[in-house]
Amino acid sequence: MDRYVKQRLFGVLVRAATALVVGVMLLVVGVTIVRGGAALLGDPSIVFTPPGSRYMLEGDGGFLHAVLGSIFIVGPATVVSMVLAISTAIYLQSDYSSERFSDTVNMFLNVLWATPPIVYGVFVLTVIIAVGARTSLFFGIVAIAIFQYPIMTRYTDEALRSAPETVTESAYGLGATRFETARMTVRAALPGVIAGIIMGFARGIGDAATVLFTAGRSTQMPAGLFEPATTLPILIFDQSTSFNAEVRSHAYAASFVLIVAVLALIFLSKLLAGRFARYAPGGRHS
Amino acid sequence: MSQQIALRTDDLAVTYTGNRNVEALKGVDVEFPENRLTAIIGPSGCGKSTLLKSLNRLHDIQSNVDVSGDVLLEGRSIYDTDEPAPEIRRRIGYVPQTPTPLPLSIYENVAYGVKIHGDYESKSDLDDLVESYLRKVNLWEEVRDRLETPAAELSTGQIQRLCLARSLAVEPDVLLCDEVTSALDPISAERVEETLESLKTEYTIVMVTHSMDQARRLADEVVFLYLGELVESNDTRSFFENPQRERTRSFVRGHTIAETDGDETNENDAEAESEPADEPVPAER
Amino acid sequence: MEESIESGDADRRSDRLGRRLLVERLSSYWLRGAGYFAIGLFCLIVLTLVHRSLPLLAEYSLVQMLTSANWDPSQNQFGFLPAIVGTIYVAALSMLMGTPIAILVAIYIAEYAEGRLKVIVSSFIDVLAAIPSVIFGLVALLVVVPFVGNYLAPAVGASATGLGIFTVSLVMAIVVTPFMISLSVESLEALPDELRESSLGVGATKLETIRSVLLRAAGPGIFSAVLLGFGRVFGATIVPAMLIGGQTQMPDSLFATGQTLPTLIVSDFGELMSIPITQSALIFVGLMLVVVVWFFNFGAMLVQRRLRRRWQY
Repeated sequence: MDRYVKQRLFGVLVRAATALVVGVMLLVVGVTIVRGGAALLGDPSIVFTPPGSRYMLEGDGGFLHAVLGSIFIVGPATVVSMVLAISTAIYLQSDYSSERFSDTVNMFLNVLWATPPIVYGVFVLTVIIAVGARTSLFFGIVAIAIFQYPIMTRYTDEALRSAPETVTESAYGLGATRFETARMTVRAALPGVIAGIIMGFARGIGDAATVLFTAGRSTQMPAGLFEPATTLPILIFDQSTSFNAEVRSHAYAASFVLIVAVLALIFLSKLLAGRFARYAPGGRHS
Repeated sequence: MSQQIALRTDDLAVTYTGNRNVEALKGVDVEFPENRLTAIIGPSGCGKSTLLKSLNRLHDIQSNVDVSGDVLLEGRSIYDTDEPAPEIRRRIGYVPQTPTPLPLSIYENVAYGVKIHGDYESKSDLDDLVESYLRKVNLWEEVRDRLETPAAELSTGQIQRLCLARSLAVEPDVLLCDEVTSALDPISAERVEETLESLKTEYTIVMVTHSMDQARRLADEVVFLYLGELVESNDTRSFFENPQRERTRSFVRGHTIAETDGDETNENDAEAESEPADEPVPAER
Repeated sequence: MEESIESGDADRRSDRLGRRLLVERLSSYWLRGAGYFAIGLFCLIVLTLVHRSLPLLAEYSLVQMLTSANWDPSQNQFGFLPAIVGTIYVAALSMLMGTPIAILVAIYIAEYAEGRLKVIVSSFIDVLAAIPSVIFGLVALLVVVPFVGNYLAPAVGASATGLGIFTVSLVMAIVVTPFMISLSVESLEALPDELRESSLGVGATKLETIRSVLLRAAGPGIFSAVLLGFGRVFGATIVPAMLIGGQTQMPDSLFATGQTLPTLIVSDFGELMSIPITQSALIFVGLMLVVVVWFFNFGAMLVQRRLRRRWQY
């Protein structure tokens, strides 16, 4: 009977481990929402107010600069990265490249995918120094785009790979060119592709290490493409250890905004994936 | 003549409760006599594999399956019992359709079940067991020099015989085989058939097959399922020569015609698709 | 009349074909470029980092820098040892805490959970994986740091503020666990059901099936998930920077403050960026990270190929 007792104990163990991880997740989200929500409810206008002149010391004004900075940096970066990622994924999947070359590119993509974001930050900063520029919104976009590129490529590549081969064959069978066929494949894999792009956006908006040294860490409103800017994660990073309670509470409020944005993006990606699934062969018809 | 009944079902019904309910088996009563080979035949989707898997509670591992009715092994229920499912599955072995080596060596594959149940005295005892069961499936001569190599390096036909040996090694009362030759090329299939032929006087074997010819060649008894219902079961001779039901008659006849002109292409297809008999399966890259 | 219409059609079609083929050719250039972009980007990063590290490597001995505990850039002392030791402590401790949990949860999701519960649990894991690390850092400052500082460290007889190597390891374990879970679930779910049926079919229990068959067959995938998780902890920046205490010294206990390689960059880049040799030293740290992560990645790939070939199912 011993082996059945063992088996039951193991069942308890895996459930306990899962409960632990789910509990931790609820704790992290819960603390963020409660503490951030409290800070935000006290003065909701801080999200829409530009920072005051003594912002880092006394927390006068609000963090509109970081909200706008995040949007202005991650938005364009996502567009650039998306175009590159989809192109690369098509190149890897379709008949443009030999299998051997695809393997090589895949290996490099895997390495890029695993490269710590801080390395991208250091790389872009090195380039900034080399060309004699200064940290700015523009280089923030570059850094985030580089960071998102391998992530989005991986998602897109996976999505294209799961598209049924019959789509490709049918398109060729109708006399389509490689490019036209590839467009059909992307369409067949659209749910996965879109979900991947949104996940890339979510990762970009949450990352601090790449933009810490490249966007400028400014405490003023973004003034132009080549002027310093900041993002929400940088703001949280810098202000969460401040001695001023007001400055700290802005970090909590910013983390509320950030986590809500990320959760909304995940939700959106699942929703859109479901909606576009009807284009995918074998997908839901609604 | 009266045959001892090894396994029988009692109003066995299986429903898949996914997005929509599908009744795969609708109350089947069927008997499997001891030390005979019974073939379950029928068109695809008629519930053959479903019936087979419910005979040793393999549906337990899927969440969306409802089983009602009962299966009785030597008169005792296998569903309504205190005996744990693994013990029941030891007594009613199962060989899946696809040749499936466990990620272990050839030796360990055969020894796997024996070790789990602790049914051996010593290492040399285990060695003897492994050898005798590999001999039983006519595999010993082919693998005796490489028992420690991964089982995945064998050809598909050898793997299927290894699977038989693995199942036999735990000394089951009944052996369930799910289209065990359908994934094989004709030559390997023949060897597996030979193995089954030599086993059927010692074991109660229940085999699902899609090939009428195979049923005719191998089986002692035939069970014909159609759309989840039992149409007819009889000994092989009477089943094919003197079908009692109209549906059986048309199925047997339809199939005979279809198979005589379809056989050639079928076999060619099988040959083209599967690996040559004694070539190792190429590693996945 | 009819003929001219037909020839008009043919003309239009060949016009169109010409245009389509042009698009085809142009797009093929673009796509080829995109394919090379991945390789080009990687090479550019590595070459830039190498080039910028050269001033440091020309002036100081590599071995000496890697084994010296003295880090004081303003005095031109570049001993990387404290940061290296800190990084190894953090990585090892996080994996020690995270790996068993990750494997258990992966087994639960792949083999135990069913239906709605499975969907809910896996989307919770997805959410956990998507939470920005800066938020983990913030929550840890609010929850973990006081807990470690006030209860855990005193309980084991260490005095600490709560910032330090143990706190970082704990939080990093939480950060990488969901990542390792999803990769492990993928490899478990890729296993064919016949494998489960074969094992159960000879009378094995679920636990025996999991332990001797499934974990073995999915072993390469799970192992590479762990290696990738290790690489991720190794290069983590934000959480350690917020929680490690930022003191470049040899850690003398698990609860001591310290430094990891990435936090070295964060804490020193700002002020010392203007001194070329310091700059070079910090860029060299970036290079070390790339090399180590590359090494782990390559290892994961190799393991997966090797083992898979040996123990295919």
